[in-house]
Amino acid sequence: MSIYEKLFPPRELELSSGEKIKEPRSRTLWILLLLAAAMVVSAKVTGFDLATILERGEQFFVIVGQMFPPKWSYRNRILSPLLDTIKMSLLGSAIGSLLVVPFSVIASSNIVKNRGILFAVRLFLSIVRTLPTLVSALIATYMFGFGMLAGTFAIAVFTFAYVGKQLYELIETVDMGAYEAMEAMGAGKLRSFLTAILPQVMPAYLSTCLFCFEGNVRYASILGYVGAGGLGVILNEKIGWREYSSVGMILIALFLTVVIIEALSHYLRTKLT
Amino acid sequence: MNERILKAYEQEPRRWGWKLLVALICAALIAWSGSTIQWSAITHQGLEIAGRILNGIFHPDKELLFNLTKSSVFYLLLETVCIAFLGTIVGAVLAVPFAFISATNIVPLPLSLIGRTIIMAVRTVPPLIYGLMFIRVTGPGPFTGLLTMSLCSIGMVSKMYIEAIEDFDMRILESLDACGCGFFQKIRYGIIPQLFPDFMSTIIYRFDMNLRDATVLGIVGAGGIGAPLIFAMNAYRWNQVGALLAGLIVLVMAVEFFSTKIRVKLARG
Repeated sequence: MSIYEKLFPPRELELSSGEKIKEPRSRTLWILLLLAAAMVVSAKVTGFDLATILERGEQFFVIVGQMFPPKWSYRNRILSPLLDTIKMSLLGSAIGSLLVVPFSVIASSNIVKNRGILFAVRLFLSIVRTLPTLVSALIATYMFGFGMLAGTFAIAVFTFAYVGKQLYELIETVDMGAYEAMEAMGAGKLRSFLTAILPQVMPAYLSTCLFCFEGNVRYASILGYVGAGGLGVILNEKIGWREYSSVGMILIALFLTVVIIEALSHYLRTKLT
Repeated sequence: MNERILKAYEQEPRRWGWKLLVALICAALIAWSGSTIQWSAITHQGLEIAGRILNGIFHPDKELLFNLTKSSVFYLLLETVCIAFLGTIVGAVLAVPFAFISATNIVPLPLSLIGRTIIMAVRTVPPLIYGLMFIRVTGPGPFTGLLTMSLCSIGMVSKMYIEAIEDFDMRILESLDACGCGFFQKIRYGIIPQLFPDFMSTIIYRFDMNLRDATVLGIVGAGGIGAPLIFAMNAYRWNQVGALLAGLIVLVMAVEFFSTKIRVKLARG
């Protein structure tokens, strides 16, 4: 910051009262230049070309056109994989969000004072979080074979990482007064945690879990690519056979499910907070 | 004092019946979803395979990690960052009109419902399918990845935009009107300063997510680190997987560190 101010000293202004003030130079220009340079480099590397889009843009709608009208008769075959997907996300979310609780407690700086432990647990959580879901799903299929178990595992890992971070941030922003009062009265750490901190974080924790579940249903549809069960498997199969009208039907079913689940979870979340 | 506490305890609403019911429903749902898993699929080789995978990942392929050709980890990461960067920007620009037609304080309710339904529909379609659609337009390569990523970003970005727009303080515009400001002055001093921090924060957050999701693009052959990663995994070359994952993890964590800093600065002004 100081280097910048030395390079571009703030402009001095004299007010009508004779007082001198300093106006720091704006950095907007430099940031914009940096962004523009980054955009040019990215466009070079990715081969961005607006002309191609304008020229061949209508090709994008070819598949959309083939999806409509959706093949209505296919709906009966969708139901079972769709339920599988929902079950997979529900179980995965439940397992992941329950398993992460102890880790989050250890990762919150107001409960654990040891910096080494905090750093180690947080590093572990963020490495799990950066692990792409597809990779964990693929590893799971090698470990557990193809099917629902692999998908559930992948979703649990994803939920673990996501809820973990949210939860320790929640615990850290909690009001510690009650906890200290409990400890002063002679309650043990566990007991004070359960009676003083748990009720404070519970609603937000549950609502995070619900939010994660909501996203997982949508995410579960990609897991089929690696053979991890659910709607994704038939989606992948139909794409492979280019039966786009069936794909359209699957997408409509998925859309309706997501709308219903999102509405339900939105309602529950407003009740919770 | 004690009596007051006891009284307060007595006044505490007793809803244990309701809580029990909710807990039972949740337990039943989870048990129901557990029914779908074939536990028999677990083989004893599972742990052994996991051990081998971990072993490979912790001994990354140094050749792949440190050379400087077009198939090196470094170049793949650069390509991934470029795809995520431009993809996020294109998506963020595309999301603006969607957000404005869906904000309830700008348009009437029916129109905003239509807007929200469109956003939801765009968000539901898996990236895989967008990838297939764009491959017809641009052929396989990073450009397809960029376009796919921008369409996938629209959903979440416009949802966050809508929240920012709905929090918009109209009184500021009125006071600018009263000062005699013109149309462009109102945009410059009334609208941009209010929306800019929220919008930027959303975009930066989405960039983070896009970087993390970039592997998905590998499925459709749309450039970036995804395709080599998946090929290496399918071929059981765990050393290469280790090298690619190490690069990706370091990159994502570094980007997350800086993006959190910038977002905190944006939020606090």
